[in-house]
Amino acid sequence: MFKILRKEKLNSQVTLLEIDAPFVARKAEPGQFVILRAHEEGERIPLTIADYDRNRGSVTIIFQEVGATTRLLGNFEAGDKLADFCGPLGNPSHFEGVRKAAVIGGGLGTAIAYPQAKKLFGMGVDVDVIIGFRNKELIILEEEMAKVSHHLYVTTDDGSNGTRGFVSDILKKRIEEGEKYDVVIAIGPPIMMKVVCDVTRPHGIKTIVSLNPIMIDGTGMCGGCRVTVGDQTKFACVDGPDFDGHLVDFEELVRRLSMYREHEKECLDRHECRLGGVLDG
Amino acid sequence: MANMSPKKVPIPEQDPQVRSRNFSEVSLGYTEEMAVEEAQRCLNCKHKPCMSGCPVNVRIPEFITLIAAGEYEKAYETIYETNSLPAICGRVCPQETQCEQKCVRGIKGEPVAIGRLERFAADWYMENIRRAAVKTPRNGKKVAVIGSGPAGLTCAGDLAKMGYDVTVFEAFHKAGGVLVYGIPEFRLPKDLVKKEIEALKALGVEIRTNMVIGKTLTIDELFDEGYEAVFIGSGAGLPTFLGIPGENLNGVYSANEFLTRINLMKAYTFPQSDTPVKCGRNVAVVGGGNVAMDAARSAKRLGAENVYIVYRRSEEEMPARVEEIHHAKEEGIIFKFLTNPLRILGDDKGWVCGMECVNMDLGEPDASGRRRPVPIEGSEHVIDVDIAIIAIGTSPNPLIRSTTSGLDTNKWGCIVADENGRTSREGVFAGGDAVTGAATVILAMGAGKNAAKAMDEYIKSKG
Repeated sequence: MFKILRKEKLNSQVTLLEIDAPFVARKAEPGQFVILRAHEEGERIPLTIADYDRNRGSVTIIFQEVGATTRLLGNFEAGDKLADFCGPLGNPSHFEGVRKAAVIGGGLGTAIAYPQAKKLFGMGVDVDVIIGFRNKELIILEEEMAKVSHHLYVTTDDGSNGTRGFVSDILKKRIEEGEKYDVVIAIGPPIMMKVVCDVTRPHGIKTIVSLNPIMIDGTGMCGGCRVTVGDQTKFACVDGPDFDGHLVDFEELVRRLSMYREHEKECLDRHECRLGGVLDG
Repeated sequence: MANMSPKKVPIPEQDPQVRSRNFSEVSLGYTEEMAVEEAQRCLNCKHKPCMSGCPVNVRIPEFITLIAAGEYEKAYETIYETNSLPAICGRVCPQETQCEQKCVRGIKGEPVAIGRLERFAADWYMENIRRAAVKTPRNGKKVAVIGSGPAGLTCAGDLAKMGYDVTVFEAFHKAGGVLVYGIPEFRLPKDLVKKEIEALKALGVEIRTNMVIGKTLTIDELFDEGYEAVFIGSGAGLPTFLGIPGENLNGVYSANEFLTRINLMKAYTFPQSDTPVKCGRNVAVVGGGNVAMDAARSAKRLGAENVYIVYRRSEEEMPARVEEIHHAKEEGIIFKFLTNPLRILGDDKGWVCGMECVNMDLGEPDASGRRRPVPIEGSEHVIDVDIAIIAIGTSPNPLIRSTTSGLDTNKWGCIVADENGRTSREGVFAGGDAVTGAATVILAMGAGKNAAKAMDEYIKSKG
């Protein structure tokens, strides 16, 4: 069992949990993920590592309450325990030779982009961070990102924070203004990553995306997480989760992510009942 | 005088019509009377040909004689001396190509039902005897076992019996390896696997789940932590795909994924369990091994109307056990022999809607000695399916070999080890599918057993 050391609601839908997992914390690197089960009958879900503290032996996950398991996790409190927490899985991100980087986070993707920005900043890389949200209320990790970047840009789809637009608009502007990025790291909804890739492609800027397809084991066993990258089939769990964004078939990724939509709804309804029962008494 | 009936005592089974709609065990096992009657068919041959067919050398005539005499507990103990997982072997061993193939009674009729008798003894013992495990005095030496499948569990059990402090590292949240994620409930009840694992724990074996060796810890770190020898029994878990167009459509599974969802994650109880599985009306399973049979029979149980086995050779070349093919046929699985898939077809939303196949003819024997299938020109046709399951094999996972220096592997990614499990790295032993590529439970157990002995000798030789 894995104890929750700290819980923090980052906004109405996004929650942070710091988990006591010394073995995972010892090895974790930016870009890697864990597979967890909330309870004994639970599904295995992959979540990218948002932060880790080797001394404290803890790993931080940040998630949006979208499915049955994340809803349930959102109701957990410090002191509660997760049934399983396995990792670190996947390959760490590689940043050798990078001098100037743009780290882009879309919505919850900001949580995954954070350790990347932190690592790059710590390596002395000139880091621009661009993060975008639907509206002002949903902004997360703004202060944290400010500490690990030289320039921080925060946008909202509706302009409620004063900067209306998409992360790709800012990136495009920066590039047009003459900014020379060695690498762009884009993490967020597939459509956002795709649009960022479309912006960088004509300029030949290397663009790394982090993919989070459906998977069970996270060790190469099920093959459920296969993605097409440059006409080759790759397993996101063992070949990724970072890939060259210019080669990823995003359409296929979106399609495969929708495979269990009906089941997810059914499961969620059932969980609402369960939670409702708990809350009512 | 032995029972000279040329046929085995039939074993009660669930009716095919009924069982193809549930996940309960197909075979119900012998009663005491049936077991005694069958045991009396054994001639108790002096040269014991059956034993030479057993990878773990179960003293077969001896335990069968004990069953015939009604000494079930002693029969079990006789088996258990050389086989730590009898209830499992009695169910999933391919006896027809091992012990039973060597049985003298098989010359003029059916061989003695050794597998069924082994299962009877194990089930009887579990049902009737509850005895605290006798822990061997500890020798204070630590050994690590990677993987909790048949090879790892056997190796761990034998080492614990010798007095070692054994830690088993398992990547999944549950121990058992292929016994829990791969082989379905209707062939091998998971409660039974759990009991066998509990028995190992009672011997002092510690099982640590959620530990992916190569990621969470490396083999070098295990040595740093004071383990004196390491056994790698990590199996062959990496699924192979066909490499044909359409394999990434929604509705295409590897058999590994389909079976793991159902067996390990209990998707057949969804939404009681959180993990779903898609099962359509028409399902095609590509492949001809036991895993293909398991996937097809599972699909049927999930409610599929038509389930096809698509296999490019003929029934004769099928690697699946005869019993599994027989059970699958009884349950209404449709066999399409000499049929090879060319591509998987998708609808406008990217879901599987068909499988284009070509008929095959058998030509000259190939490297495997089996006649090579050759496509028949102009025989292309489409099978109407909405789920496709690829069950054409697996290969060893690269996580360990890529993180362990000095560990030799061959061109298929299998770890190179001698018959005692010794690898190119001192103190590192390996066995089972990680060494041989996908094979059987009992061969993996045999390898685990040999390695345990070699590990003991190795540690003793170090002083």
